[in-house]
Amino acid sequence: MVESDASPLSLLTLLVLLGVLAYGAAAGAAVLHARSAGTAPASAVAAPARESARLLVQRRRTVPGADTPLWRLGGVLLPVAAVLAAMVVPLGPVAVSDLSVGVVWFNAMEVLAWCAVWLLGWGANSVWGLVGGYRFLVQGLSYELPHMFALTTAALGAGSLRVGDVVAAQEEVWFAVLMPAAFAIYLVSALAMAFWGPFDAPVGRDLAGGAAAEPSGVDRLVLLAGRYMLLAVVAAMAVPLFLGGGAGPLLPGWSWSLVKTAVVLGALVWIGHRVPTVRMDRFTEVGWMVLLPLSLLQALVVSVLVLVR
Amino acid sequence: MAETVVFVVCAVGAVASGTAVFVVDSMARATFALLASFLFAAVPLLLLGLSYLGVLVILMMVMEMMVMVVFMVMYMMNPAGLMPMSMVHNKAGSLAVAAVAFAVLASGVFLVPWPARQGSPPADPTLLLAEAIMGPHMLVMMLVGMVLFATMVASVVLSAPRGRYDRYGDDLRRHRPDDPIGGGLGR
Repeated sequence: MVESDASPLSLLTLLVLLGVLAYGAAAGAAVLHARSAGTAPASAVAAPARESARLLVQRRRTVPGADTPLWRLGGVLLPVAAVLAAMVVPLGPVAVSDLSVGVVWFNAMEVLAWCAVWLLGWGANSVWGLVGGYRFLVQGLSYELPHMFALTTAALGAGSLRVGDVVAAQEEVWFAVLMPAAFAIYLVSALAMAFWGPFDAPVGRDLAGGAAAEPSGVDRLVLLAGRYMLLAVVAAMAVPLFLGGGAGPLLPGWSWSLVKTAVVLGALVWIGHRVPTVRMDRFTEVGWMVLLPLSLLQALVVSVLVLVR
Repeated sequence: MAETVVFVVCAVGAVASGTAVFVVDSMARATFALLASFLFAAVPLLLLGLSYLGVLVILMMVMEMMVMVVFMVMYMMNPAGLMPMSMVHNKAGSLAVAAVAFAVLASGVFLVPWPARQGSPPADPTLLLAEAIMGPHMLVMMLVGMVLFATMVASVVLSAPRGRYDRYGDDLRRHRPDDPIGGGLGR
């Protein structure tokens, strides 16, 4: 599937694609919001652009006693983590870098988002931000182990940590069919990783925006863009891991990758619109008592399958 | 050449951020300086071709430092640098110990007769390393894992203020545990 001699995807192409997908996610969320609010959905397509323009000219609010270096670092780290994680996501047969340990790399770069959100919350010297940052860590500890086991299960099915090999192993049957529990857990933890939808408690309305309460102007733009980029990346990674990568009839591989990514991203945005926020104290128990045993069982089933085959 | 440059940058960066841990006057900054130091130390593993170990070090260090920063901020006297506080204790003694340790290790680099490389590096050094560690000692590794896990469970059980009699009543006849936080499963 992924040829080793294929020319690597350029970083610039990746950035453009990631930007387009992130904008699409933001626009989709705005359209859903407009429809439920009764305003014109068509004009909401441009809402993220309008909001970006507004934030670009908005004057930066300062907070007394803020830990400015850490605060700025947190904001910048979010999009950087998304881009670094995206480097191993293949588009059809090509990726920026098809590392031999791509799956581990993806997880390591995703986790940088933990630093980003905590720093955003801490640096602002605001109680809302701080509580939001702590909420994100609590949430992270509840989904990270199931998330890791879901990634591990896909790698286990392929017998390799290289994302290209994981895609190649799905020539006959997609891993979404072979390991549905791992796929479902991946999608749930993907939502949580981008603190989106039911997992948006770290930036929740009950906290006046939580970790996103204080950043304004361009800082806020970077934070929101980074969050949508992260959502786009975790959606894109579901395609090579569980949905057969660029496999599909008629169209070339890269377009199938994009189509599948758009479908997964659309589903995540839609879930985010439909499902209410879950409380962290509730989700912790679900994560440890349901998701973790389920992910272990799924890994066991796949291990036995691999041994028998 | 490029590898040398990367190594030097990482070495200097690791020492500088390690020093920063003791210079900055804030627990949050100290934690992230320490994290930076660990990340600089992980890159040389990648240079050695141990890509799995290198990336794993990055992953684990980021996660554990994020857990650690919560506890550091919670327990330390000077969480945000609100009050001047030195991060160094017993300055003269620790300086002397550090200087001696550095001198011993650095002189070792030059005095020890290092063996010449025999053969060539294997295609997958991580696999060979894992086999060297785990292969003949699997029983030991599994036992150590169990002991570590038992230690964690035991320490949590011992430190938790509420026991099963608090949760299920004196005769353990309560059907639903009486927990201060409900949990998400409706028990």
